[in-house]
Amino acid sequence: MIWEQIAANRRRSVVLITGMALVLLVLGYLGGEVIQPGAGILGLGVAGLLWAIQMGAYLTSARSILLHGAFGRELQRDDNPRLYNLVEEMKLASGLPFMPKIFLIDDPAPNAFAIGGKPNNSIVAVTSGLLHRLNRDELQGVIAHEIGHLRNQDVKFMTLAAVMLGSIALLSEIILRSLRFGGRSRERSRSRGNGGGQAQLVILAIAILFAILGPLMAQLLYFACSRKREFLADACAAQFTRYPSGLAAALEKITGAAAKPEFTTKTIAPLFIVNPLQAAQAVSGLFSTHPPTQERIGILRSMGGASLVDYEAAYSRVRTDGLIGASSLRSAPAQAIRSAAVEGPVLTRQEVRDTVYRQHGYLPLPCSCGLELQVPENYQGSQIRCIRCGNALALPAAQTPPAIPGAKLQYRRNHTGWESFRCTCGRTIQISPAFSAPRIRCTNCRSQIEVKA
Amino acid sequence: MPGIALILVLVLAVFAVLWIASSYNGLVRLRNALQNAWAQIDVQLKRRHDLVPNLVETVKGYATHERETLEKVTQARNIAVNAKGVAERAEAENILTGTLKSLFAVAEAYPDLKANVNFLNLQEELTSTENKVAFSRQYYNDSVMNYNTRIEVFPTNVVANLFGFTRREFFEVQDPGQREAPKVTF
Repeated sequence: MIWEQIAANRRRSVVLITGMALVLLVLGYLGGEVIQPGAGILGLGVAGLLWAIQMGAYLTSARSILLHGAFGRELQRDDNPRLYNLVEEMKLASGLPFMPKIFLIDDPAPNAFAIGGKPNNSIVAVTSGLLHRLNRDELQGVIAHEIGHLRNQDVKFMTLAAVMLGSIALLSEIILRSLRFGGRSRERSRSRGNGGGQAQLVILAIAILFAILGPLMAQLLYFACSRKREFLADACAAQFTRYPSGLAAALEKITGAAAKPEFTTKTIAPLFIVNPLQAAQAVSGLFSTHPPTQERIGILRSMGGASLVDYEAAYSRVRTDGLIGASSLRSAPAQAIRSAAVEGPVLTRQEVRDTVYRQHGYLPLPCSCGLELQVPENYQGSQIRCIRCGNALALPAAQTPPAIPGAKLQYRRNHTGWESFRCTCGRTIQISPAFSAPRIRCTNCRSQIEVKA
Repeated sequence: MPGIALILVLVLAVFAVLWIASSYNGLVRLRNALQNAWAQIDVQLKRRHDLVPNLVETVKGYATHERETLEKVTQARNIAVNAKGVAERAEAENILTGTLKSLFAVAEAYPDLKANVNFLNLQEELTSTENKVAFSRQYYNDSVMNYNTRIEVFPTNVVANLFGFTRREFFEVQDPGQREAPKVTF
């Protein structure tokens, strides 16, 4: 089934979330009872409040990441048509009803991740190190995996679960600490009556047990779920691309690279296609967010076809349990593996570098000596000296035509060499020495600009 | 006693109506997904039809001896633009794909053409559009498969017959490379 979530996946998510919510509520109740007998209901409220605060903090931080550009600027189609096309192809193959935003992160370590799941806040991010290492088939596999995450709503569920996990850990910490330091209120309550004291002791024991084991259980549940979702995204990638070897080869290259992404933190690491903090692990422990990469590659390589049924078959050969569930497999159409596309690396190192500069608003300023300077957006001076030949180059930003709607756009040439200037829409337009036409059309906003000698 | 029987019948009737409504809605959802997938193919095919004349113009300036190939591409494009119905369009598009392939093969012999930025951009756009057609078709065919299965199996077929849901055609391709295993020669 393609446009519906895989049923087994949905079931697992519901179990995970309700299980965690139960642990949180029980912890809250027990905590309340222990600290002040009869205050269990209050404890429930505290647990709920804790969760709400954490959720709110997460949402605001997530929004600020998305809005204030922690990853730089969104990649436009013209910045790099090939990358944009690749994402669009996978969007079509998956039947995703919207186009995610694309971000290119300037980082030599090859990796990729996806955030979101809703039309206006979905992101597919790839590092520049990934782009010049992978060929078209491999990159397609990686992007298909990320789109698979988006379509399966993985990020939504995993962040919900992560917030829950954080609340549980915090609450149990509060309970354990208050037991250590707040013995007084318990003693007072014990002196009230003997029978109550015994019941109190039992509750105390249960609370301590729960405060220690609760976070642990929640964590195990969380990581198990996370690993399953990685497998599922792999299955989706094989299904979308009809070419499991592409993703397998990409995973090999990603784990083979020594560099780790610079901006890795513990919170963002689980989102990557290969967890950069756990990449070296050959066996997946109970606390791994991702299955061992070797196992993922093995499953992808041994697939006999490209459908979910084939992935399930390959999966159960390697592991003992099932993944997708019978109800979703029954309606899955059979799909053959396509032949490999004949294309080398998607982009050369130079192209990747140029794309990164373009995405971050740098202005390419070609010097007559052949060197292309990249001028940062906030550069203040009106001219800049070429670092190779020492020529003083005039900055085109000063000659930006006025942004009056309907007004005729005009650019006056300074000399007969290479020149570049900015259109009112922000696009940089370059004029070659051979250019002789009276006007030029902006490739971005399509407005006509008159060029005067 | 008749009261209980009446209630039982009423409850059953309510359940039956609910079931019919939900399976009808499910079928409509599937059909809409299908139509949306078909619209996506349409968009990509139109885009390809728009790109082909540009490509022909660009190639014309460099590869003056390839009139025949260029004419074939233009012809195939015109046929594809005017094709109607799923099966006919699929065939016309296959022919267009074939002629485009031979055009790109011919372009290999003209280094000046291959260095032309305009040509390179067009080549990337056409290759990607080709892929997009293939991926939309793949999604469309999977949707058709799912939809056809749903309207044929019991018990949804009852609802499907009742409201006139009919089978849909697949968008087939006759691409020999996709059926055969790749041959490796040393």
